[in-house]
Amino acid sequence: MSNRLPLLRRLLANKMTLTFALLALVIMLFVFVPLAKTIFSSSPATLFDTLLDAQVRGAIWLSIYTALLATLVGAVFGVPLAYILARFDFPGKRTIEGLIDVPIVIPHTAAGIALLFVFGQKFFAGKAFNLIGINFVDSVAGIVIAMLFVSIPFLIDSAKEGFKAVDVRLEKVSRTLGASPWQTFFRVTLPLAWRSILAGNIMMWARGISEFGAVMILAYHPMVASILVADRFEAYGLDYARPAAALLILVCLIIFIGLRAFTYRGAKA
Amino acid sequence: MIEVKGLSVDLGDFLLKEITFEVKQGEYYIILGPTGAGKTVLLESIAGLYPVKKGEIWLNGKEISHLEPEKRGIGVVYQDYVLFPHLSVKENIAFGLRLKGLPRQEIEATIGWLVELLNIPHLLERKPDTLSGGESQKVALARALSVKPKVLLLDEPLSALDPETREDIQHELRRIHERLNMTVIQVTHDFEEAVALGDRIAVIGEGRIMQVGTSEQVFRQPNSEFVARFAMSRNIFSGEVRDGDEECAVINVGDMQIAVASELRGKFHASIRPEDILISTEPLKSSARNCLHGTISRVDNRGATFLLTVTVPPEFICLVTRRSFEEMELGEGKEVFLTFKASAVHVF
Repeated sequence: MSNRLPLLRRLLANKMTLTFALLALVIMLFVFVPLAKTIFSSSPATLFDTLLDAQVRGAIWLSIYTALLATLVGAVFGVPLAYILARFDFPGKRTIEGLIDVPIVIPHTAAGIALLFVFGQKFFAGKAFNLIGINFVDSVAGIVIAMLFVSIPFLIDSAKEGFKAVDVRLEKVSRTLGASPWQTFFRVTLPLAWRSILAGNIMMWARGISEFGAVMILAYHPMVASILVADRFEAYGLDYARPAAALLILVCLIIFIGLRAFTYRGAKA
Repeated sequence: MIEVKGLSVDLGDFLLKEITFEVKQGEYYIILGPTGAGKTVLLESIAGLYPVKKGEIWLNGKEISHLEPEKRGIGVVYQDYVLFPHLSVKENIAFGLRLKGLPRQEIEATIGWLVELLNIPHLLERKPDTLSGGESQKVALARALSVKPKVLLLDEPLSALDPETREDIQHELRRIHERLNMTVIQVTHDFEEAVALGDRIAVIGEGRIMQVGTSEQVFRQPNSEFVARFAMSRNIFSGEVRDGDEECAVINVGDMQIAVASELRGKFHASIRPEDILISTEPLKSSARNCLHGTISRVDNRGATFLLTVTVPPEFICLVTRRSFEEMELGEGKEVFLTFKASAVHVF
């Protein structure tokens, strides 16, 4: 069995795989080296000191929970849309699918401006929400909608693929066995699609934490972690920004490796 | 009793036009038609899984055309089983029972009864992806029967199975139908299946029902070119299979005895493909066990081939090429000999 041979021997076996291996190595180094260098160039003591910095801790915590809020709101409204896109064909469906992905491709500062035009205090939605005491400029709510806007495509796309992978006849059989549409969704569709939906949620959450541009336009304050890092870099330079950046990378790594492991174990069970 | 009245479905690629038929209580009703004739859509319409735009469906005197599927009491079994992959066999069968909110003992009792009926108690704890095709189809049947449906719809339930398993499941279907006096509507493209199982057969094609009748009526008196083509693709006989004088078993068809290679004994059907019958003007000496003498009563020109109807009796449909037809100077009224191997006869 050639598959039993060490990876290196298999890659060296011909010029094609050898070329691919070299190209792959370049891109892997490109991603891994800056990450590793940022983390390891700060001594553990410096990192610990940074962790004691209340402003840094506050910013990281703010990033984590605003992204979580955005993800929850996204799930409530996005999962139903994903289901409809997966199950029904209708005119204009492709247009909707295309528009949903627009936030991925536009500059996020532009996305922030667009949001400001709707949720700013002078504009309709902004005024409406103001009546119930929610203000989107320089507020937690503003951070949440900025993150929601730019990261919702990840959740919808992933959930949609998950729903598509569930044979529609499973739902049909469920109905003939006496299940209502709601019961069918919660007993058949959701248990079969949850892994993709959860993966979409994780992606959205991660994307939310890393968001900078749109958040900066809507809510520079209170400062989320990404803005804090930029703020320190601007004001005091690289050496001062680095420990905060390292900490942010570490926190994200720990969370996402943990969640990945969790969903992977679920996949095997 | 279930009645379908003037049901029409437009699916873009094909149409079902004014489909009308009725199935009696306890009847095994076969809808026979080529692949792509809209048979699955027809079944899904009856089950309420496909919206009815034109026409009516009545069940036991009540119109159910627009009733939700969960309120119809109509079970469905698909060709490829469609078991819930995230549930064990037991949970699959219990799915509908749990929805009814029945007490635990009652659910256990029903599951126990169903697995006994289908002979699958050993599968209860397994997951669907570990089951063979035949096992999966039995579980799918048990699941459909669990909620005591008034009608059972079977969508090509045997087509995905290997021949041996197919006979096994076919046997199960007949047994369940008889024991539970279950009304069954089964769609299939395989007419041996139709003949073996159906009390009545409806032949569907070109978007409508072409003919309805017992298997004898449909295959002996096809009312249209379409049905005839379907019927003529095999010779089908019914008779009693018993031990013959020599090593071989025989099936009695009228006054004729045809040698067959089969372990089955009793009342069965036999089929022979028209292309498996050799035509000659003199009796042939060969290893084939069957050599019959008859008269050509009809010739159908199919272009490169000819379909001959040879009256022995009974009537046999035989296929010859144009070249053979011309070289042997065949024609209506000509006396010929039919030769075929016992192993070319499929008993079912």
